[in-house]
Amino acid sequence: MPPIVEIINVSKSYRRGNQMIPVLIDINLDIEEGEFLALMGPSGSGKSTLLNLIAALDHVDSGTIRVGGVDITALSENELAQWRAVNVGFIFQFYNLIPVLTAFENVELPLLLTGLSRKEREEHVAMALRIVNLEERMDHYPAQLSGGEQQRVAIARAIVTDPAILVADEPTGDLDRIAAREILDLMDRLNRESHKTIIMVTHDPKAAERARIIRHLDKGFLNNVYSQNPH
Amino acid sequence: MGVPLSYSFRNLWTRRLTTILTALGMALVVFVFSAMLMLAEGLQKTLVETGSSDNVVIIRKGSATEVQSGVDRYQASVVETLPEIAIGKDGNPLLAKESVVIISLQRRVTKQENYITIRGIGKSSLALRPQIKLVEGRPPRLGTSELITARSVAERFEGSGLGETLRFGLREWKVVGVFDAGNTGFNSEVWGDAEQLMQTFRRNAYSSVIFKLRDPNQFDAVKRLIENDPRLTLEAKRENRYYAEQSEMMATFLRILGTSLTIIFSIGAIIGAMITMYAAVSTRTAEIGTLRALGFKRLSILTAFLLEALLLGGMGGCTGLFFASFLRFLSVSTMNFQTFSELAFDFRLSFDIVWKALAFSLMMGFVGGVWPAVRAARMNIVESLRAT
Ligand SMILES: Nc1ncnc2c1ncn2[C@@H]1O[C@H](COP(=O)(O)OP(=O)(O)O)[C@@H](O)[C@H]1O
Ligand SMILES: [Mg+2]
Repeated sequence: MPPIVEIINVSKSYRRGNQMIPVLIDINLDIEEGEFLALMGPSGSGKSTLLNLIAALDHVDSGTIRVGGVDITALSENELAQWRAVNVGFIFQFYNLIPVLTAFENVELPLLLTGLSRKEREEHVAMALRIVNLEERMDHYPAQLSGGEQQRVAIARAIVTDPAILVADEPTGDLDRIAAREILDLMDRLNRESHKTIIMVTHDPKAAERARIIRHLDKGFLNNVYSQNPH
Repeated sequence: MGVPLSYSFRNLWTRRLTTILTALGMALVVFVFSAMLMLAEGLQKTLVETGSSDNVVIIRKGSATEVQSGVDRYQASVVETLPEIAIGKDGNPLLAKESVVIISLQRRVTKQENYITIRGIGKSSLALRPQIKLVEGRPPRLGTSELITARSVAERFEGSGLGETLRFGLREWKVVGVFDAGNTGFNSEVWGDAEQLMQTFRRNAYSSVIFKLRDPNQFDAVKRLIENDPRLTLEAKRENRYYAEQSEMMATFLRILGTSLTIIFSIGAIIGAMITMYAAVSTRTAEIGTLRALGFKRLSILTAFLLEALLLGGMGGCTGLFFASFLRFLSVSTMNFQTFSELAFDFRLSFDIVWKALAFSLMMGFVGGVWPAVRAARMNIVESLRAT
């Protein structure tokens, strides 16, 4: 089977003033289906930028990214929006739940972009909330939930459409130790039991430990050092 | 499917203080807008209902109103012989040669002077206006200085109640009756014998001749006959048309005044809505980035914010209309600029005004919300996500 994510000769720079700052330089990376990969590196090393490119939130300057065999660098903006809705589940550092929507409605949001009926949506939301063990909190608003609970709702939102890949940018960065462990346990379970492909950016070694493979970014280059976690 | 409507609605609810203040600004504009239209509508309705389409008003060619008109006795007697004039129950033709003068009366409470129309009437004047009901006293006897007054005049002016005495033209006039003319222009008039009034004010000509047609379809023929008769310098109008024309200039004036005032005020309200919506967009930057990341398209974001602004405008519109609707219970009197005398009428709400006011409030919401919504839709996903 080909890798689910193929990154081929990707470069990306940002303009600051009249100067171009290279952020990613000629990156090559394959991610196998069912992988749990941690991207590590110091702040500003380009981790989030790489993750955003994989998740089709941003455009490469050069190179190609294929996800599930589709060259996402060749899609139009509207095609990309549709593609993200189907293929990517997002987990953010600050959860990014919509404050005026309940946990249930937040999880339902991505399903509004599918053709599912109301009843089917309800079933999917209930199942996703059951997986993160928050079924009984579905009518709560984000402000009524703890940080850890909000992140679990966010994970339910990320998995509710059963996407090809889950991307997580510092998913434990805003949580205390205990809540962070819960979230990592949950991601671990999603990877092991449901065979979700997870790409997680972190600079917390404790978090990275839970991944199966760790890759390091430094000053825009991907190190050739693989760390394989024994499980 | 796009972003759900509840998203837009709940965001307004979440910042309800700002929402209420912004909506109140728009409500005020809608209130002014509806009030002016209601005023114009009420005025027009009052004047239009004054006339009947079976009656013909004859005035001098080129004079817009009875006040400016003059029909001399000879010409009036020519008109009187027309065979198309209906005959009343008493066997007399349903025709009245009337004379209109304007006098000033003093208000009972404020002692302020106001101009009032006095209509000199003939035998058939009351029969020609079945909408007028005598509610107190009796009709004036012709050949005497007796008057009847409209209820709104009797209530508000010194000396014009039943049994009281008015003094003008160096004579005393006794009020022997009070009439109710409903919601018509006659409701601001005083009536007395035409010949007596003409003597008092040294007039040789009537102001107008009013008659009822035997057959309303003959109006065009009668009009042609009168206007082509070389002995006559008169023109004929259906009575309802005559009053409608009078109302048009004033109603148009009110509408233009209302619209100009509204446009000036609405600039303030639109800026208010714009500030509110820009603030909403900038505090929800990360949220917009999230929605885009989840797969919502730019158009969905634009729609969500535009809906929010439209809801805001709609709330303002409903509130403004709600308060304006109470004006219906208010009666105002103003100067009829065509006759320079007093005219009493009500604010009137019509379906036309309701939808215009609501459309106007939605338009304010739209204009206030469109740029903020465009800004929200144009945001770069990665940059807005970094705004957390
Ligand atoms: N939209 C942007 N505009 C300008 N510079 C950016 C932008 N996004 C990222 N950068 C810069 O690119 C570099 C890498 O950023 P990022 O990928 O967020 O790093 P990391 O996630 O590893 O901390 C940083 O120097 C950052 O300032
Ligand atoms: Mg980062």
